[in-house]
Amino acid sequence: MESTNNSLGEFESTLKKHAQELVESLERGRFGEAVQLIHQLNQTRDRGLYQEVGKLTRELHSAIVNFQIDPAMPQAEEVSQITDAAERLSYVVRLTEGAANRTMDLAEACTPVLNDLASEAQSLSADWQRFMRREVAAPEFRELVKRVDSFLTHSAEGNQKVAGHINDIVLAQDYQDLTGQVIKRVTTLVTEVESNLLKLVLMASQVDRFAGIEHDHQQLRAEKDQEKHPTRGEGPQIHADKREDVVSSQDDVDDLLSSLGF
Amino acid sequence: MNKDMKILIVDDFSTMRRIIKNLLRDLGFTNVKEADDGNTALPMLNSEPFDFLVTDWNMPGMTGIDLLRAVRADERLKHLPVLMVTAEAKREQIIEAAQAGVNGYVVKPFTALALKEKIEKIFERVNG
Repeated sequence: MESTNNSLGEFESTLKKHAQELVESLERGRFGEAVQLIHQLNQTRDRGLYQEVGKLTRELHSAIVNFQIDPAMPQAEEVSQITDAAERLSYVVRLTEGAANRTMDLAEACTPVLNDLASEAQSLSADWQRFMRREVAAPEFRELVKRVDSFLTHSAEGNQKVAGHINDIVLAQDYQDLTGQVIKRVTTLVTEVESNLLKLVLMASQVDRFAGIEHDHQQLRAEKDQEKHPTRGEGPQIHADKREDVVSSQDDVDDLLSSLGF
Repeated sequence: MNKDMKILIVDDFSTMRRIIKNLLRDLGFTNVKEADDGNTALPMLNSEPFDFLVTDWNMPGMTGIDLLRAVRADERLKHLPVLMVTAEAKREQIIEAAQAGVNGYVVKPFTALALKEKIEKIFERVNG
């Protein structure tokens, strides 16, 4: 950036100096000298402009090389880091979806086991109470003993099954480690891309100054605001508790809706 | 509340549809169908009668807010109770949904209790 500031400084000081000389020449009626000065001014400006555009082109080229995009070989097997990052993120989506489904499958598999044991225990308990009140005759008691025996077996089996499922539910959380690593790598790439883009934008702004291009910032902002229109949806808010325009809990939603007369 | 009422769940993530379906089943509602965005939900709403619509906001194709507007604009569907279950948490979005005629708004992540309360409240009002 040092050299850019120098060349821009040189251009501006030449501009100032020549402007004064130009006015003097014109006042004294020396038109030939004036034209010469204008020509010199143009040359300085063009030189700076070429320099900046050159720098911008070089930087753009090295950015493209950094991203490993080869424009000549779009079908190249070597994919760009951006494509690679997109694939990594869809891997995260796949892995988390798989883990969520596996966890729900296992939890759902536990429910009937527990329900069966509960209803068996309930019916046994009723008959057991009758036995305690000595309301059960010998033949029925023999039947009851068999049922208690089979319940104990079922209970042990059911326990084992549920314990196994719970163990598998814990194991299904192993995606966290893998997705965490992938997301960290993608985050690093995004940060790199951002700083490279920022450099390019800064260089482009130098070109704008040499070329005297002015942007309508108001219009640019308006276009951006339009893109932000929330009908499309924005997804989860990360800093909900720090933002005024975002609710941070269901209570906030309820308060807002009731203030609207809901 | 009629436990046999037919419910349509619209969300682009199958896991979220499954979670909502399971929560509804725990509440006693088992007559449930699923769609993955507004474009698949609308033909279903038009071809068979539903009693309740639960929809996400942010979906590819047709979003939940557009689905809500389409439902309210349709003479036969406009009285269908709609609950939005979404991660969209901007105040202006909630106001937008309210103005579009939503009956309830639950922000993700949500609890089973929050979902139950909203559903009960909606049907209290619809029946009362």
